[in-house]
Amino acid sequence: MSEPLTPTATPERAAQLPAQSPPVDPTETAGAVHKTSAPGRISWWRGEGGEGARRNLGLVGVLVVLVVIGALTRSDLYSNPDWVWDNVLSILKLAAVVGVVTVGMTFVIIGGGIDLSVGAIVALAGVWCTTVATQSYGAGGMIFSALTVGLAVGLVNGLLISYGRLVPFIATLAMLVAARGLAAEISDKQTQVSENGFINGLASNSLLGIPLLVYILAAVVAAGWVLLNRTTFGRRTVAVGGNPEAARLAGINVKRHTVLLYALSGLCCGIAAIMLTAQANSAQAAMANLYELDAIAAAIIGGTLLSGGRGTIIGSLLGVVIFATITNLFAINGLSTEAQNMVKGGIIVAAVLVQQVQFRSLTQFLGRNRLTT
Amino acid sequence: MSEREEETVARPEQQAAAAAHLTPAGTPLVETPADTAAGEVVLRLTDVVKTFPGVRALDGVQLEVRAGEVHCLLGQNGAGKSTLIKVLAGVHRPDSGLVEWRGRPATFANPQAAMRAGIATIYQELDLVEDLSVAENAFLGHEPRRLGFVRRGAMARLTRQILGRLGHAEIPPGRMVRALPAAGKQIVSMARALSHEARLIIMDEPSAVLAHDEVGNLFRIIRELTAQGIAVIYISHRLEEIREIGDRVTVLKDGRTTAANLPARDTPTRDLVSRMTGRTIEYVFPDRPAGAADGAQLLTVEGLTRAGEFADVSLDVRAGEIVGIAGLVGSGRSELLETIYGARRAEAGSVRMAGRALRPGSVGAAVRAGMGMAPEERKSQALLLGEPIYRNVTLATFARYARAGFTDAGRERAEADRIAESLELRPRDVRRPVRTLSGGNQQKVVVGRWLLGDTRLLLLDEPTRGVDVGARAELYQVIRGLAARGVGVLLVSSEVPEVLGLADRVLVMREGRVVREAPAGELDENTVLDLVMAGSLMEGAAA
Repeated sequence: MSEPLTPTATPERAAQLPAQSPPVDPTETAGAVHKTSAPGRISWWRGEGGEGARRNLGLVGVLVVLVVIGALTRSDLYSNPDWVWDNVLSILKLAAVVGVVTVGMTFVIIGGGIDLSVGAIVALAGVWCTTVATQSYGAGGMIFSALTVGLAVGLVNGLLISYGRLVPFIATLAMLVAARGLAAEISDKQTQVSENGFINGLASNSLLGIPLLVYILAAVVAAGWVLLNRTTFGRRTVAVGGNPEAARLAGINVKRHTVLLYALSGLCCGIAAIMLTAQANSAQAAMANLYELDAIAAAIIGGTLLSGGRGTIIGSLLGVVIFATITNLFAINGLSTEAQNMVKGGIIVAAVLVQQVQFRSLTQFLGRNRLTT
Repeated sequence: MSEREEETVARPEQQAAAAAHLTPAGTPLVETPADTAAGEVVLRLTDVVKTFPGVRALDGVQLEVRAGEVHCLLGQNGAGKSTLIKVLAGVHRPDSGLVEWRGRPATFANPQAAMRAGIATIYQELDLVEDLSVAENAFLGHEPRRLGFVRRGAMARLTRQILGRLGHAEIPPGRMVRALPAAGKQIVSMARALSHEARLIIMDEPSAVLAHDEVGNLFRIIRELTAQGIAVIYISHRLEEIREIGDRVTVLKDGRTTAANLPARDTPTRDLVSRMTGRTIEYVFPDRPAGAADGAQLLTVEGLTRAGEFADVSLDVRAGEIVGIAGLVGSGRSELLETIYGARRAEAGSVRMAGRALRPGSVGAAVRAGMGMAPEERKSQALLLGEPIYRNVTLATFARYARAGFTDAGRERAEADRIAESLELRPRDVRRPVRTLSGGNQQKVVVGRWLLGDTRLLLLDEPTRGVDVGARAELYQVIRGLAARGVGVLLVSSEVPEVLGLADRVLVMREGRVVREAPAGELDENTVLDLVMAGSLMEGAAA
């Protein structure tokens, strides 16, 4: 009687079903079997699964346009292949730290949250790992403490949001203020100089001509991609962000997963703290200022839905690289950062508007095609 | 082809029948003395039809409302009452048929147009802005203005006048609506209707949110409104209320008028109930095997209580048995199901699976013990609409197919494919987003989710809501097939025939309590409906 329910038993059911269905108005059946049900395989490009790929291709297009603008405005520099290679590396190096933070942010946003405290966590972890006491344990101690501090602060965020039922915006806003305060307290408002050769070398050294920081970014992006697309953690993230109630009723522990998401974001901040400390050979409470805005903007430009449930790691990476390229574009043309910020603001709005319009018209276009074929 | 098409062909005769005040079935309607006594006809609906994809919500509705009368609408869940209200309120536009408002054909493009024409609707969930004052709510959207500034004094004065007309001058116009009790909020809704100079007020189950002694006050207000020549369409499931306040009754069934203008006070309950029951569309229910009640005890619920939702509910489900719960929306049935599943925490009582007590308030514990649930609201509670079908099917089981935390997409698709095939999912391609499926197929995805893994008890909350007839029969087959394999099923539905046709044993719930439990064979639709609606005349027959 209580034999376990095995899917193998189900095909028998199929045979009985059609015979017993009552007659149905044919027009109704046509409505029930949806219009999009064209027979045969749908290609990844036209299918809904290709949605992310289409978006990302659009971002690559934006990147190409930016490079073309650079090549047109400074054709003298672009005529030198060595300079171009060096410039690509410096853009990637520029993108590295924010890129790592953005990977964590992408997870949080896909999971239906927001983390405003990332910049503050980077500062706190950076200051903590460069205090005299911590530095005396060497590079291992510094890395360990930065990662632990990031993880711990992220955990606190997650616990406040999941079990304290604070709105993510409020909880992480409070953490933004508090973590920077703690960082200033620990550092006594002084710049903490890093005297560790290994740490400082992370920013200055290269392997096979590519800076170590870029490897770190690549490793974090790769790990993030695998985590999001190939693991149960990633699936839970999409489920929790896409429909928390459905996830809960399917037996997923939404609260615990939410805690883990913020912890992951904190961990990424810890990694970023080491990278940033290495770049400056020092850490201070004011470092990584407004990184939360850069990371959120990059994720949004990259196609992550602010309401959760959708987003890609590659899209976020492209978002970060686009920002870095704009900064670089202004730098090589000797323009001010003020002008640069105004353009960045415009780009954010334009990118989202274009995506909406492009996506809408594209789906309409594809939908029409599907009907006529 | 189908019964429905024959009916469409038969429509001209129906029109004639309707004109002669006959039901489509040909039964002559009872003419009432009140018919001639009341004021002139303000609203007349003739053969109004409204279809949604897969559902013919209104299928020829006749309705006639006179000034100064309380006209009651009666019908089971799904009979089309809500759709009818929305047509009158300007939310939906009818596909065909005639709506005459105060002697002229009318179509309302939107709710504002209906409001301006003088039709106000008071929905069950009152649509007030909690953080605005009484006066601001009453005049929301048409505040008295001068040069773009709201004339707050004038607004307060007018509100006070209206509240006085309603006999509630004691409510201060400046009070925040949030601070008012449910009855007070209802008064504000009515004040809003009067602020629009409404000639017709539609009230959708107004007594559902009220305590017993507040209903009397509501009736007093309704009488004052009708004395001023305002017509009221009153919807309620409680027959005794209809007897007390109503003048005439129109009965709907399956989207059509089965009886119009019956006298509210004198029509025997038996007549009213019989016109609400019986189906023109016969659902095909699978055969009930003998010996379903012989399985091992699977679920045992004892004394389960949540204040304000349900109290002291005890029930059990055996392996291979389908237990149905019949009850109205608000009878506590969905809340009960969610509490058994751990999605709500019980205040008292226990839930056991195969003898072992479950941790209260933990869905995870329930799922691990072998429970699965298809919740009431498919889209908001069960599906990731943008995700592919297979990921929705494996939402509760993907971790089982994973190795060391890495998902196995190939295996998931294969498992989902098998489910899709056995449930006749259309379209079959499991990589499509689930949002492109019809309601019935989406429901198959939700049920199919629990066919994977080792579900021993399936909780189904309104499994066929918004599902077309063909898919319904298929779902019934699937549910019966599960039971045949030893799965216990606990089913909640507002459609009495569904509960009676599918379940082995039936529990009837009313106002948070189980009022009757019996094998499905011992109950009929009238008895259950009467219990559910707390009717008085048929209690002898039910006991």
